[in-house]
Amino acid sequence: MARIELSNLAHSYTPGASEPGDFALKAMNLTWRQGGAYALLGPSGCGKTTLLNIISGLLTPSHGQVLFDGRDVTGLPTEQRNIAQVFQFPVVYDTMTVRENLAFPLRNRGMAGKAADRRVREIAELLDLSGELDRKARGLTADAKQKISLGRGLVRPDVAAILFDEPLTVIDPQLKWELRSKLKALHRALDVTMIYVTHDQTEALTFADTVMVMYDGSVVQAGRPDELFERPDHTFVGYFIGSPGMNVLPAEIEGSRARVGGGTIELSRSYDVPSGRRIEIGVRPEFASLAPPGEGLAATVERIDDLGRARLARLRLGGHPFAASVPEALADIGTAAGVVLERAQVHVYADGKRLEGRA
Amino acid sequence: MDKPYDNRAWLLVLPVLAIVAFSAVIPLMTVVNYSVQDTFGNNQFFWNGTGWFRELLDPSTDLGGRVFDSLWRNLAFSAIILAIEVPLGIAVALAMPRHGWKVAATLVLMAMPLLVPWNVVGTIWQVFARADIGLLGYAINRLGIDYNYVADPLDAWITIIVMDVWHWTSLVALLCYAGLKSIPDAYYQAARIDGASRWAVFRYIQLPKMRRVLIIAVLLRFMDSFMIYTEPFVVTGGGPGNSTTFLSIELVKLALGQFDLGKAAAMSIVYNLIVLAVCWVFYTVMTNLDVERRRLPADR
Amino acid sequence: MGLILDRVRRDVGAETYIHETSLRLAPGTMTVLLGPTLAGKTSLMRLMAGLDRPTAGRILTTDGRSETDVTGVAVRERSVAMVYQQFINYPNLSVFENIASPLRVKRLPKAEIDDKVRAMARLMQLEPFLERPPLSLSGGQQQRTAMARALIRGADLVLLDEPLANLDYKLREELREELPKIVRASRATVVYATTEPQEALLLGDYTAALWQGRVTQYGPSAEVYRRPTDLTTAQIFSDPPLNLLPVSKREAVIQLPGGASIPAGGALAALADGDYRLGFRAHQLALRAGPAPSLAFAGTVTVAEITGSESYVHVECAGLRWVALVPGVQELEPGAAITVHVDPAHVFVFASDDRLAHAPAVRTAA
Repeated sequence: MARIELSNLAHSYTPGASEPGDFALKAMNLTWRQGGAYALLGPSGCGKTTLLNIISGLLTPSHGQVLFDGRDVTGLPTEQRNIAQVFQFPVVYDTMTVRENLAFPLRNRGMAGKAADRRVREIAELLDLSGELDRKARGLTADAKQKISLGRGLVRPDVAAILFDEPLTVIDPQLKWELRSKLKALHRALDVTMIYVTHDQTEALTFADTVMVMYDGSVVQAGRPDELFERPDHTFVGYFIGSPGMNVLPAEIEGSRARVGGGTIELSRSYDVPSGRRIEIGVRPEFASLAPPGEGLAATVERIDDLGRARLARLRLGGHPFAASVPEALADIGTAAGVVLERAQVHVYADGKRLEGRA
Repeated sequence: MDKPYDNRAWLLVLPVLAIVAFSAVIPLMTVVNYSVQDTFGNNQFFWNGTGWFRELLDPSTDLGGRVFDSLWRNLAFSAIILAIEVPLGIAVALAMPRHGWKVAATLVLMAMPLLVPWNVVGTIWQVFARADIGLLGYAINRLGIDYNYVADPLDAWITIIVMDVWHWTSLVALLCYAGLKSIPDAYYQAARIDGASRWAVFRYIQLPKMRRVLIIAVLLRFMDSFMIYTEPFVVTGGGPGNSTTFLSIELVKLALGQFDLGKAAAMSIVYNLIVLAVCWVFYTVMTNLDVERRRLPADR
Repeated sequence: MGLILDRVRRDVGAETYIHETSLRLAPGTMTVLLGPTLAGKTSLMRLMAGLDRPTAGRILTTDGRSETDVTGVAVRERSVAMVYQQFINYPNLSVFENIASPLRVKRLPKAEIDDKVRAMARLMQLEPFLERPPLSLSGGQQQRTAMARALIRGADLVLLDEPLANLDYKLREELREELPKIVRASRATVVYATTEPQEALLLGDYTAALWQGRVTQYGPSAEVYRRPTDLTTAQIFSDPPLNLLPVSKREAVIQLPGGASIPAGGALAALADGDYRLGFRAHQLALRAGPAPSLAFAGTVTVAEITGSESYVHVECAGLRWVALVPGVQELEPGAAITVHVDPAHVFVFASDDRLAHAPAVRTAA
């Protein structure tokens, strides 16, 4: 059981680094509570795997400390931390059966006999692997192998946190659903901290209670999925979460009015805009809907994508690309159209950071 | 992987078939011809049927006795060098660096003995181990150990084995190294997290991943040691007595020393069949391994 | 150039990788091969490319008027380009030389190569990287380089085998948007393999659903999505997985599992008596009754997943496992009792042989 704290943590792969650009992870202070489900979400190279490896102890940070329940474990090797990790590509011991695979971490820790066997069967039951216990691990499918990797972590009675490094990369979409809801159910059933690293927003948002969006070595926003979606603190978060991402348009703000793309819209709050900064408004396609010409802001339609259950309009608004949802009732869409924005869902950003505004 | 099928490919193979016919098939037929006849020179041949083969395979005859003695010697030699070179090669491969400039340096150093011609290896060790002027032999004797490979059969065996180990262990090591390099880092990290000991990592990760290259290494080293000729011939000439006379040396003695062409031909056929049989066993084991690998799910 | 597969089959050893398949790909269209891993997507593409020879059947190309049999013609002599899931580039050549390599083989004049490469690089947004080695670029840029090389030859047939699978989610999204534009500009016949239904809808003019070496359905993507001819196709073309409900119809009554029954109204009234399975996608399953009369099922929540604007609610109803995609953030505790609703006008009906017996009317809008 553990609460994980990172205190002034930073990491650079080049020794003696001083420039911010040399750091794969920029200085951060974070706390992960016992039993939480966390996701680290970000593009390749944002430092999320580096952070994960520091927590698991596969990597020693160049600066700062890692604390488990207040105890400094920065210098401790992986095997002495109560951590399990599941990797991108399934790791199984080919020559062993599923049962031996699951029992392996127990055997290494000197646990054997009836108790170990019972534990293995319990975990196999949880993961729906009971029928495969005596099969050789090498012949199994990717999703079964990934379950075994997970099982080797769960089987240890001392495990405080399980780390996942893009564990669904090699799994088919249909099976992803199954494994993901399995993970979520396991998290509910067991009091274990889970940290999940991914570049896939659907995986991150559906799995985690708290999602930490990483960009260029820092956590730019941490919050509940709905917070990240509805109130992105940074334009990067708006872009990275949501599919397609948030529309961002340059704008001029005066109090509670914004001039954008040749039109004017009313905002739900008023803003004192600092001068000399890049001012933009951001609105998600879900909160922008296509309308007949004359309504809302004027736009030109480039394309309508049929997503099956909904339609998405690809537009140009004041020369910028813009995505908006198409109401089901709207038929006969020509090239000229209007866009109506949901007032409460329009945010104002200065140099990429969200402004609070006044009610 | 499937290749596009084109009958013209046979045309490309034809020249090779022709060369093989001249270099292998025709000489082989000559050998088969000799093996069923007796000759006293002057191109006079007498039909002997399976006589040589029966004599050869009967340990109670003089010829059979010599053949079986050298066969056992040969098998013992192969077994000993495999028992030394395979574990040693694995150990060396495990100790080799994985990253940085040291990798290239180690690889070059390891390849050195493999680049030395057989007879030169023999000559080097013949001189190096001589008790009177050889650095090694002289040093051992100065330490108070009585060592003389020309006189003592045990010393002769030790010399030849050490020489073979020096010459070929790096081949095994390089093959194993290639196998080790193909293991993704995640396996080692997972093992650390599972709390696996160094031995468990070797036993359950490294050894299984090296299995295929190890089979190739064992095959190559077995074949080579089973057919060894040049080095022991140069170092000991098969002596002292017959103690280091292996099958190939026996064969040469028979063919060129005594000019018993019929016996030598029959013996070389049997020799060849043994080698082929061993090859076939290895081939079957390896293709079975391949089939097992193919059954793994992979996108078609 | 169009491509015709005429009763093509492919056996490997005793196994049949591709069962007898006939397809006609019209010139200049994009077809998505949709199916899970091992469905035979790559096998079918290799046949199309000429990398493998079909065990039976013919492969023809057509220019609209005449047809040419190309069965057994080596891939080198066909006008085919292929892009793989892995980013395959020449590591020691610059991006420029990578894209230029097919033109160098053709020995085009230097100035022409230069023009073409720059035009292609502009289309692929690779201009700033032309002088860099491919391995110094991001995955998306590397894959764009590989695609540029495939497209620059002006091949008549371009085969893309899960080209976006190894890319980051966001990059995938961007390339998904760019690809149709690029492909349309090249005027080639394009075949694109993927496991993701969303890509089939976004990219393909046509979709061929593939399952265990058989093309279960081929047609315009929206039509395959809205009128799958059988259960397998509907399942392949649903992400999250299709929800299923076994029922049986006796005269004017539909018997539901668990003993309840409803009157067979609307289109269902026309069905013959027998056993059926109702199928409906996750977004058709609602937590609140709509204005139309709906079927209601009591169940329990297994897991609720939140994606920001929407939630996936996994429920267990009468021993069946369903997924509902509902708007808004739904914080539901596992084990909580819940009632889910589905509008019978929105369900697929599959007969006992898995063929489609009835599909909901296609929306009139657009």
